[in-house]
Amino acid sequence: MSCIETIQAYALRSIGLGERLLPRGDYTLCEHFTLIGSGMIWNVYFAVMALLLGFFFANVLALGKAAQSAWLRKPSEWFIFLFRGSPLFIQFFFAYFLFLRLKSVSPMFDGLTAAGLGALIVLFLNTAAYSAEIFYGALRSIPKGDVEAADAYGITGFRRFRRIIWPTMLRLAWPAYTNEAIFLFHATTLVFFSAFPVHQQKGDSLYYASYFADKTFNPFVPYPILAMYFILFTLVIVWLFGMVNKRLNRHLPQAQRPRVRYRPNLLR
Amino acid sequence: MFSYCTDPSTLEGLTWLSCYLTTGKHLSFYASFVTVLVLLAITAPTALLFGFGGATAARSRIAPLRWFGKGYTAIVRGVPDIAFFLFFVIALDQAFEYLRHKVKCPDWEEPIRQGNDFIVCQAAKLPLSTAPQWVHETYGFLLAVLTFAIVFGAFAANVLYGAMNAVPHAQMETAEAYGMSHRQAFWRIMVPQMWVYALPGLSNLWMVLIKATPLLFLLGVEDIVYWARELGGTVNPRFTDYPHGDWRLYYFTFLLIFYLGFTRVSEIVLERLMKKLTHGQATTGGEAQRKAAA
Repeated sequence: MSCIETIQAYALRSIGLGERLLPRGDYTLCEHFTLIGSGMIWNVYFAVMALLLGFFFANVLALGKAAQSAWLRKPSEWFIFLFRGSPLFIQFFFAYFLFLRLKSVSPMFDGLTAAGLGALIVLFLNTAAYSAEIFYGALRSIPKGDVEAADAYGITGFRRFRRIIWPTMLRLAWPAYTNEAIFLFHATTLVFFSAFPVHQQKGDSLYYASYFADKTFNPFVPYPILAMYFILFTLVIVWLFGMVNKRLNRHLPQAQRPRVRYRPNLLR
Repeated sequence: MFSYCTDPSTLEGLTWLSCYLTTGKHLSFYASFVTVLVLLAITAPTALLFGFGGATAARSRIAPLRWFGKGYTAIVRGVPDIAFFLFFVIALDQAFEYLRHKVKCPDWEEPIRQGNDFIVCQAAKLPLSTAPQWVHETYGFLLAVLTFAIVFGAFAANVLYGAMNAVPHAQMETAEAYGMSHRQAFWRIMVPQMWVYALPGLSNLWMVLIKATPLLFLLGVEDIVYWARELGGTVNPRFTDYPHGDWRLYYFTFLLIFYLGFTRVSEIVLERLMKKLTHGQATTGGEAQRKAAA
């Protein structure tokens, strides 16, 4: 099979389109690249969906944690502690078994045990907790003068939040949030290595990489390919978030704009 | 365990539970918590050592060494850690076997990679196929420790690199003005002072290391995740005296609570340590302490 044919057969293998049987025997480099790249679809799907949804929830949580009323503050604090204080790996296991239990209660919950939905929920809650802590930190470091100036102009209530506090919070939090995005993207590889089963060998990039490594007993080809893909996508994230950062700080003179530093935190 | 446990089918309620929770397999489960703690106890200093090496290399005046140090931190941090875990466990194993093969069987003719197989001579196998079970387990555990140390060493290298740069430059200049050599200034001035700057980063790293311990499961070590899955699964009355349904949810709830507790305790301890270390330091933290006391 030529490389073009391989790409046609396997480029969408991870979502179940194309050739059903995985290649066997002598694996070519082309097959490595195509299948691992195909698996990236899952990683991108998880990362994009979790980040988009998590962003909104994180804002709510951060505001809750910064709230005066204990009724709002305590639940947010506990939620953030629960998800930041425990390993994501254990959270995946826990959620999967919880979903299994729910499934036996009512057929309504059937979809939850599939990785596409169940793992996404876990990643969404997890990134919401981590991002909320970042946003909360930013909320607390908003310059006092900005808020006072808003008060002096008679901007109050929701309008003050919408036009002064929230944009400043985003501006302050954005470099850290970029790292959180990278970090979450890397964490998506955990999904199929925890409890969530791989259906008909439709796995993510790490699943295929370890598949090759298991079959050929040679880790020196598939893992560097995987690393290359991840470094590539990480650069894309840095670029995208850098654009947003530029827009957030468009009022500042060029030299004063904070640069996003690539500093992915650590694993969770 | 207890004398009344001889016939579990007659037991009920708490007595049943007390017997159930002290079966041999459960004792292995409890022992696996010790495995995790041992892993942490060995990995933390090793990773710190790797980190120190990496940070020193990244600051080196010799270019190839500097590239190595910077490359090490950059690559490990740019790629998902779990990929590294999966990679290093096989790669290290093969590297060790390959080296032993070269030393022990120099007159071996055939290639080592034959198609999809990795073949070394019998004497070079690690551990030897005649070795007892515990050697196999210990070897697996040591590979896991080394893998953890390599990955977390890169993180620690980054923290220490930052801390070394944070030591005021004037201190180093003064040292050189006093006639200290580069090496002397490094060991006598920079290394003792960098720890205050490194501690926030290192304590963060410790938290992350705690949260990485369940990944031992992926490295093939029989750790707490392994046992929780094993014990929690549905057990048929034919194979056990203690049949039960799918209890994995409860076992993982327990693990969740264990990790939350562990994180919380570490947080409190590290906060105390930080307070102690900042005492009398010329940093904002130390200044705040002085003002509060006055």
